[in-house]
Amino acid sequence: MELSRLTAHELLEKIRNKEITSEQIHSDLNKKIEELDPKVKAYVRTSHTLNPEPSVNLKGIPVSIKDNICTEGYHTECCSKILAGFNPPYNATVINRIIASGNSFLGLKCNMDEFAFGSSTENSCFGPTHNPWNLECVPGGSSGGSAAAVAADEAIWALGTDTGGSIRQPASFCGVVGLKPTYGRVSRFGLIAFASSLDQIGPLTKDVRDAALLMNIISGYDANDSTSVNTPVPDYTKDLINDIKGMRVGIPKEYFVKGLDPEVKAAVEEAISKLKSLGAQFKEVSLPHTEYAVPVYYIIATAEASSNLARFDAVQYGLREDQKSLIDMYKKTRQLGFGDEAKRRILLGTFALSHGYYDAYYLRAQKVRTLIKQDFDNVFKDFDCIITPTSPTPAFKIGEKTDDPLKMYLSDIYTISVNLAGIPAISVPCGFTKKGLPVGLQILSQHFNEGALLRLAYTYEQNTGWHKIKLKL
Amino acid sequence: MNYETVIGLEVHLQLKTKSKAFCGCSTEFGQEPNTQVCPVCLGFPGSLPVFNQTALDYAIKVALALNCKIQEYTKFDRKNYFYPDLPKNYQISQYDLPLSLAGYLDIELEERQKRIGITRVHMEEDAGKLIHQENFSLVDFNRTGIPLLEIVSEPDISSPEEAHEYLTTLKSVIQYLDVSDCDMEKGSLRCDANISLRPVGAKTLGVKTELKNMNSFKGVKDALAYEIQRQAGLLDSKKTLIQETRLWDAKAAQTLPMRTKEGAKDYRYFPEPDLAPFIIKEDKIAEIKKTIPELPKEKIKRFVKDFGLSEYDAKVLVALKETAQFSEECLKEYRDSNKKPVANWIIGPLAALASNNACEITDLKISAASLVELIELVEKKQVISNLTGKIVLEEMLKTGKGAQKIIEEKNLAQISDSGSLNVIIAEIIKENPKSVADYKTGKANALMFLVGQVMRKSSGKANPKAVQDLLKEKLESV
Repeated sequence: MELSRLTAHELLEKIRNKEITSEQIHSDLNKKIEELDPKVKAYVRTSHTLNPEPSVNLKGIPVSIKDNICTEGYHTECCSKILAGFNPPYNATVINRIIASGNSFLGLKCNMDEFAFGSSTENSCFGPTHNPWNLECVPGGSSGGSAAAVAADEAIWALGTDTGGSIRQPASFCGVVGLKPTYGRVSRFGLIAFASSLDQIGPLTKDVRDAALLMNIISGYDANDSTSVNTPVPDYTKDLINDIKGMRVGIPKEYFVKGLDPEVKAAVEEAISKLKSLGAQFKEVSLPHTEYAVPVYYIIATAEASSNLARFDAVQYGLREDQKSLIDMYKKTRQLGFGDEAKRRILLGTFALSHGYYDAYYLRAQKVRTLIKQDFDNVFKDFDCIITPTSPTPAFKIGEKTDDPLKMYLSDIYTISVNLAGIPAISVPCGFTKKGLPVGLQILSQHFNEGALLRLAYTYEQNTGWHKIKLKL
Repeated sequence: MNYETVIGLEVHLQLKTKSKAFCGCSTEFGQEPNTQVCPVCLGFPGSLPVFNQTALDYAIKVALALNCKIQEYTKFDRKNYFYPDLPKNYQISQYDLPLSLAGYLDIELEERQKRIGITRVHMEEDAGKLIHQENFSLVDFNRTGIPLLEIVSEPDISSPEEAHEYLTTLKSVIQYLDVSDCDMEKGSLRCDANISLRPVGAKTLGVKTELKNMNSFKGVKDALAYEIQRQAGLLDSKKTLIQETRLWDAKAAQTLPMRTKEGAKDYRYFPEPDLAPFIIKEDKIAEIKKTIPELPKEKIKRFVKDFGLSEYDAKVLVALKETAQFSEECLKEYRDSNKKPVANWIIGPLAALASNNACEITDLKISAASLVELIELVEKKQVISNLTGKIVLEEMLKTGKGAQKIIEEKNLAQISDSGSLNVIIAEIIKENPKSVADYKTGKANALMFLVGQVMRKSSGKANPKAVQDLLKEKLESV
């Protein structure tokens, strides 16, 4: 039996029954990584960090960690040259929670778009990750490494981060479950910030039960993060109920328009009829400000990013290009250290915050953000959940959109509003295209109602079984 | 031409919280460089700020004492600029919704009071310190993240002297609140000044200069005085002034233009997304209000009213909170309706003693009760003379003994009984026939000379008043 193919809850059961040990899981996982990762490239720095200190790191079920989440003593570089060699002297709160739960994290870090800037994991200084379902395709992004690792059984489960869809879109492209929690549910301490008001850490897993389990571990108030919310964390596995009779689900008409791939549309419509047959009540709803989500997002997210990334200045850590003057050191280091997309976003954000433009861009974007949030509040007065496609298309070819940033930005069109509103959402597999690429179904709910997402997703998963279809590599 | 001066001051005040504004690091001054740092104040990636609630309480306390209106809804903003002493390359500060607005501070000028408007008091974090070497610079982050208050005055100040008085009064108020050391040398209080001139009566403001790098209140005063001369000179000769930042060079006693980068500064302020905006509730404000002690202005009034002191004496006694407390104890303890001697003793001999020991009055180990005992022995009971009193005071400091005990041990009590005094007086009259004759012819000075001689012969122990009375009596009969 290949242990790496199992889910965390299956493995925990076997450990509990003393059928297997954690060491066996690790060694199985390592074998799998050595076998597949040269093709998938889900992990970075594999050559020098493959279990460097196995003795300290073999408890419970290992979680694979995205490269922007700080792991003490292990390189954390956001897949950017500018953080080359950065070894944080502290763990992110989620890492400490994983350790406290009796589990561990893998010594390897998952590939990602540099600083989470992207939707394809092509903007990594370590090169792209390949979609395990079709190695010529992207795995989505920015948590593409985490999603691909889970899909290829190179990980049992993984953590990603989601600023505008970076967990859900790659989950959808790779046929795994990805959950973006409510803003404030999971501590951001130790997550190297992209856009502080949008970022959340969340699980990428092989099924919904694992997502609930990992949520139980990482959720909760953290005094070190002033934006984390002090509300009790329910036991999310209690929401794994195979019954959705009477659940009220909205279908936003603005999400089923031009640009939606027909195969994706068909898969999502089929999922809706399946859920109807299981007793959910569907109704068309309207989120009228949807069309502004992408521009609003790219103003707010880049504005925050431009400020968050200012600290990479060669003074204390990371890359340093020594020059005659301080300004030249800043310039040369940042010129060589940041990739094109990072530079593009820093420039965009700097512009949006500049004197004379602030009111027209940043301030207006914040106002529209409030309207987008109100759209959801209005719908959730009458509905438990909203269902949409996760992404308008299945995974695209590597290199297909790299020359057209705007086209790339539109692949997040269905996921971005969720971050602007701060609500939770999950992507679950809902079928395949004719070419065999996975399609994802997105479920949204109101603040701190992760339970509703899990219940709907679990019921759908149990009654369809898409998650059981395994790829062959 | 005659010009009037328009000055506004910007004061940065380090709050003396135990830990920094957004992390748990110590704020202690003078430690080894980079020993009071952590990932948060070093701005390490992934670290997040958590606001120190004591810093908020202190800030509210200062704002209230400066009569500001506390804003119900307030937030932090990021002020973005690159500088190596700023590890995140942005400073957490407050921009459009500061903690408090629209206050004032009354200052005492010669024979009049003036109200200086306070535009705003807002919270921010301190930056680190650069230490420049010959070919390189080092940075010490110990100071990074210490809570700062920025106190911005209205351009209501009209002279360097007023600026000095504003700072002195401000410092006194802040020290009463016990929230900052206000030590310009240690940098816990820093002051920048904006100054411009305009023809007397003009409505519009002239071109202003921003002055930096003043290291003392006197430095602020001197820099402003210099700048008035410089600007007036330029205006008189019809030269154009440029708006610029100038640095005060205390040694050369002049201001020099600071080398600046081209282009206007754009700090690209935006709301700090790592810290949620917050609401300051009325009951919190009320609670903090209760902790504000009687401030100097009120205390001076009360000292004048309750103890019959002069405005000047009261002001001197009240300037420092600890001294004020000590003085009040002495004033209450002293059993006489005329309290003037107490003020005299504290402002005079006691202050001199403190100054000789390079400390404050309250650092001397002399209690209010023991000082009052001494003052009463001199002023009321006249057991010793004023001069002897000062010697006893020094002895009290040296030995820790009480005044009465020292007088007894050293046999310093005044001789007031006529028996012993008459013996000495008789001798002096015999020895100084010329002075006696002078006195007889009406020369008043002669009497004082003879009193002095008696004092000398008694080794200063004779009671001068008794000596004078007895001498007069004796001289009549010569």
